[in-house]
Amino acid sequence: MAYPALVMGWAALGNGIDVTIFFTFWGMDMITKLRQDHLEIAAVGNTSMKMSMMGVNTGNLGIPQWMGSLPGMTAVATALMKSKMAKIHVPPVSEYLQMLVDGGAKLYACKMSVDMMGLKKEDFVDGVIDIVTASDFMDMTDGAQIIFI
Amino acid sequence: MATRQIAGKTVTVNDEGFMTIPAEWTKEIAVEIAKEEGLPELTPTHWKIIEFSRQDAGAAGKSPTLRRITVGANVTTKDLFALFPKGPAKKVARIAGLGKPEGCV
Repeated sequence: MAYPALVMGWAALGNGIDVTIFFTFWGMDMITKLRQDHLEIAAVGNTSMKMSMMGVNTGNLGIPQWMGSLPGMTAVATALMKSKMAKIHVPPVSEYLQMLVDGGAKLYACKMSVDMMGLKKEDFVDGVIDIVTASDFMDMTDGAQIIFI
Repeated sequence: MATRQIAGKTVTVNDEGFMTIPAEWTKEIAVEIAKEEGLPELTPTHWKIIEFSRQDAGAAGKSPTLRRITVGANVTTKDLFALFPKGPAKKVARIAGLGKPEGCV
């Protein structure tokens, strides 16, 4: 999920806390130009798919797992997520990430993920400062509180 | 609820030092709190943001979030963070005599 890191980072910046984000593995799409605006959310194996669906309060019922695997369900879940976010005035991921950069957040891409996925610095959005190793990230955040999202 | 003296007026504040009665706020109070927050001078853009926040809070009943401020007062995120450095969310609310902003954007 892309939003938790954005929400936590934005709240930290708003409260005067420095923010450095290290993107790895499944976080790479979020900073990759071609993919950033095409993020998807899968209904399969997702425990949070129990929100009210299309205005119907479904209580504890969510999208059943078997249904989540039907063709097109990821698109449906993604569209639902996007509309729910827009309704509570949460900006799309690309815009939200830019807000963090403008607010002073430093973004770094994980070297190992970059090597594994065959990505290059040019593939990333402008806010990404560099491609670094996990060890580099530890050095630059020495003494800070690190949270894994 | 505690009270404190700011700019010659007694105002009501909560545990975190946020004013709880927006009507008690004056521009002189804003100037004083801004100094406490490390802003010795408030420029016209600072005032534009403060006034928008007060107007919006008056209409919505709660302190605006940073994104609401940038969109509503027509300032960029960069400028907002430059004008109220190190934690604009709380700084704007405190100077504008409002409560802590609610919401996650």
